[in-house]
Amino acid sequence: MASSTRVTFPNKLLPYLLLAPQLAITAIFFYWPASQAIYQSVLREDPFGLSTQFVGLGNFRRVISDPNYLNSLHVTVVFSIATALIAMALALLLAVMADKVIRGKGIYRTLMIWPYAVAPAIAGMLWLFLFNPSMGTLAYLIRSAGYNWDPLLNGNQAMVLVVSAASWKQISYNFLFFVAGLQSIPKSLIEAAAIDGAGETKRFWTIIFPLLAPTTFFLLVVNTVYAFFDTFGIIHAVTSGGPGKATETLVYKVYNDGFVNLILGDSAAQSVILMVIVIALTAIQFRYVERKVHYG
Amino acid sequence: MIQNNPIGRLIAHIILIIGIVIVAFPIYYTFVASTQSLQEILRPPLSLLPGSHFWENYSAALFGGVGRIGGVGVDRLLFNTIVMALAIAVGKIVISILSAYAIVFFRFPGRMVFFWLIFITLMLPVEVRILPTYKVMVDLGLIDTYTGLTLPLMASATATLLFRQFFMTIPGELVEAARVDGAGPWRFFKDILLPLSKTNIAALFVILFIYGWTQYLWPLLMTNRNDMTTIVIGLRKMISFADADTEWHLVMVTCILAIVPPILVVVLMQRWFVRGLVETEK
Repeated sequence: MASSTRVTFPNKLLPYLLLAPQLAITAIFFYWPASQAIYQSVLREDPFGLSTQFVGLGNFRRVISDPNYLNSLHVTVVFSIATALIAMALALLLAVMADKVIRGKGIYRTLMIWPYAVAPAIAGMLWLFLFNPSMGTLAYLIRSAGYNWDPLLNGNQAMVLVVSAASWKQISYNFLFFVAGLQSIPKSLIEAAAIDGAGETKRFWTIIFPLLAPTTFFLLVVNTVYAFFDTFGIIHAVTSGGPGKATETLVYKVYNDGFVNLILGDSAAQSVILMVIVIALTAIQFRYVERKVHYG
Repeated sequence: MIQNNPIGRLIAHIILIIGIVIVAFPIYYTFVASTQSLQEILRPPLSLLPGSHFWENYSAALFGGVGRIGGVGVDRLLFNTIVMALAIAVGKIVISILSAYAIVFFRFPGRMVFFWLIFITLMLPVEVRILPTYKVMVDLGLIDTYTGLTLPLMASATATLLFRQFFMTIPGELVEAARVDGAGPWRFFKDILLPLSKTNIAALFVILFIYGWTQYLWPLLMTNRNDMTTIVIGLRKMISFADADTEWHLVMVTCILAIVPPILVVVLMQRWFVRGLVETEK
């Protein structure tokens, strides 16, 4: 391919110097800690940190059979599926509508991208202001309607709150990608279908939606990664995993077990499990990208 | 032609407006709350129009010495956040453009190994190595420092990949012509590559600025002192529903101050941002 015939500079030392800053940072702050996490995941330390012993996969066995871990796995799956589905469905609906209108496209887009700039933790706080039982106006309205709303005490309602905040923040991102995806669909295809008498709904499901599949799949992976990892701030700021452990996601649990409760071995084992999940998700994402983008 | 359907378009507008209300409402509501007095906020429902305490609340939060989190003013938190966002954005761009330059325009032993070493960091986010990273930072004495807040986040596989993609589209003739004209690697980089990369740099800057501004877990781990933390973490510390003394009107002001700068960056640099986002991720 192109890379073999690429014109290059003959310098021998310079490229290493150019790469040095990036490699130094990755070695010190990425590879060294990650290898430590793997190393610690097979060790067990006594509570006073006086002695450590090798326990093989013992930590993993303990973590996997821990009902609290299974609970947080369940919470993460529910949270991720709900967040990804809601954020993508709303964004797709809005993108299809934005594709239809002629006037005001730019204004709609400008107003739609705001949440992208909002930190996840702050997105959570905004929703908490609206829905907390002591002063939230919307909570007040829900309660006036006779519904017993208290996300600080009711686990399911807490989940609804964090899912709302998480998907709200992600709508902008998905919207931009769906708009780009819709623009790349040849108008002639849609017109041909229209001439053949396919109505609007039919055109959407038989032509537009299938042609958007690559975008949708890409967004599904990105939204899953987002829901798994980037929403730590929402959970930490809004519910702290509670009430009970109703919103304790995997990442929150790693943080809580390791950093707050200082259970090193278990936390490291959980980190390694998360690492495997990221590797799988990244691999899926780039397998897909590889097919679309030309690498030299 | 698809028939011009005015009713369909009207419905589209209505749905879009509802969507925008949902998207904007939480931000608008917080803005309204930030212009009310504490008593008004604590007595729902809140009015849907801004109140009369705008100047009072904002000057109290910014200059009044109140709304302090453990003795630290909002101005200090804002300053820290700006430093963090700018340093991360600039640092990532500089470091990545240099790496991509080395990988695309030079041939040297270990080139692909280094490329993969950078690429694999995509799979090692902070979340999967919280404790050992914290330990490294403690050992290096980087807790509660700007270096600690920014330097470790400056490696960027995404930015390196993007620059690499872009550099590979630059025709070899251009490099050849530059070399024939006697331009060395530095001249070529400065006079040809950088000007060509301008749009990519602008787009990346917006995305990375937002990335730096919205960091949460990292400043949470790396700062113990309130005067070294970011506005997002500061806000988290201000919020307490159990505490009757929480000054909610100042919390709302702080919240608005924490979201307006990145929103401005995204909206004002929208053209580059949208292009960059859609291209970077593909």
